[in-house]
Amino acid sequence: MLPFTDFGKYLLLLRNSIRRPESTRMYAKELFKEMNKIGIGSLGIVILISVFLGMVTTLQTAYQLIVAWIPASVIGEIVTETAMLELAPTITGLVLAGRVGSSLASELGTMRVKEQIDALDVMGVNSAAFLVFPKILASLVVIPMLILISTALMTLSGAFIGNNSGIVPYHDFVAGAIDIFKVKVFILSMTKAYTFAFMISSISCYQGYYSSGGATGVGKSSTRAVVWSCVLILFSDYIIAQLFL
Amino acid sequence: MIEVIGLRKSFEGTEVLKGIDARFEPGKINMIIGASGSGKTVTIKCMVGLIEPDHGDVRYSGRTVYGLHIKERKKIRQEIGMLFQSAALFDSMTVYENVAFPLRMFTHQPEKQIKERVEFCLERVELSRASQKFPSEISGGMQKRVGIARAIAMDIKYLYCDEPNSGLDPVTSIVIDRLIKEITVEYNITTVVNTHDMNSIFEVGDNVVYLHKGAKLWEGHPNEIMDSEVPELRDFIFASPFIRNAYQHKLSFKKD
Repeated sequence: MLPFTDFGKYLLLLRNSIRRPESTRMYAKELFKEMNKIGIGSLGIVILISVFLGMVTTLQTAYQLIVAWIPASVIGEIVTETAMLELAPTITGLVLAGRVGSSLASELGTMRVKEQIDALDVMGVNSAAFLVFPKILASLVVIPMLILISTALMTLSGAFIGNNSGIVPYHDFVAGAIDIFKVKVFILSMTKAYTFAFMISSISCYQGYYSSGGATGVGKSSTRAVVWSCVLILFSDYIIAQLFL
Repeated sequence: MIEVIGLRKSFEGTEVLKGIDARFEPGKINMIIGASGSGKTVTIKCMVGLIEPDHGDVRYSGRTVYGLHIKERKKIRQEIGMLFQSAALFDSMTVYENVAFPLRMFTHQPEKQIKERVEFCLERVELSRASQKFPSEISGGMQKRVGIARAIAMDIKYLYCDEPNSGLDPVTSIVIDRLIKEITVEYNITTVVNTHDMNSIFEVGDNVVYLHKGAKLWEGHPNEIMDSEVPELRDFIFASPFIRNAYQHKLSFKKD
């Protein structure tokens, strides 16, 4: 019965979080604060993994495809499509599940155990709406942007390393990338991005909001947030791919 | 006035509150006392609406809390201030922002007016100089004072204090107690304090409700508490050797 109870509580939290705000000004302020925290705060790690993944994918693809009768532009096609379809949304999603998910869960968990959420409730503030809604909305705005940045960086770093190591010249790589670009692939990539953003933020907020048991409880909530986000990202990644392709 | 009527609450089959009835008058400090696990915090949480009781009702000036539409309940909540055991200040906000928070959230006052009110509240708790500090940069006693300032920022009618002296030294405890007393009288607030600090009870209490294992066993003025015939209350009060000796001294003084 426990998973059903948890799912019910999760749905109730989401329902409460979309209630009318007490003060639009305060909610807007909170939204921008969260966008800055999630977006700017995660940019460094996203840049780092994207650049390295782009370079490694190019080198490994080239290693498998260096055959005279295969045009060099195919490497550009494969790297770009892999980045758009899988690497940027899923790997960035998994990294953000760790970076953003644990941060959201521990922030809310600490607020819960330090009675700050109770303080909001006693004041008459809808704590779910004030704390959870801006975080989910900020994630839905910022995480897809990070995934777009990641896709671009993977492609660019792939082109850079391909050209500098003499595997594939710039113009061939770019020609391949342009050739493979399809709206359907872009839509699929963005569908994954929005789904993962919602999962990371809502699951982490749920785990943090219902934390209990002091510092140990906050630690457990934070771990659960990351684990559940990662599991559901991988599961939904498969479902979305199956539905679209 | 706050009326508590037949409050009952169970957690996983264990009855924590066994039908609490009480009346708390405005302009007075009403104390709920009892040993740890006696149901003090659950009573207060039921009263402020953080926990829904299984049975019973809480009425604020005749208005029932439970069964009300969420909008009506919110209105009552905005008349309630609460000082938490841990002060429960928002870590990411400065002292000034903490006090301004309810005003920014619930009123449409311009920032200039909010500033005046916040400065007044901080002045009232003698913390004007700490307005730009974060909660982590001030002492526990100062955090409690900020909690009081935040509670009175709105025009509240009811103030709840959950163990306001916990973790404080005796001098700071007296400062907090007196501040709560002054505010209660000044604004004619109905104040309910949950404590097991005997000094607070005798220093500022006007009415005392004693809870034991979820039931109300005694109610009266602090002056009458020493002469109570309730064995559980006597055990609770005279657990401190200092109070026991003081009482015996008082008795011997009376005989002489």
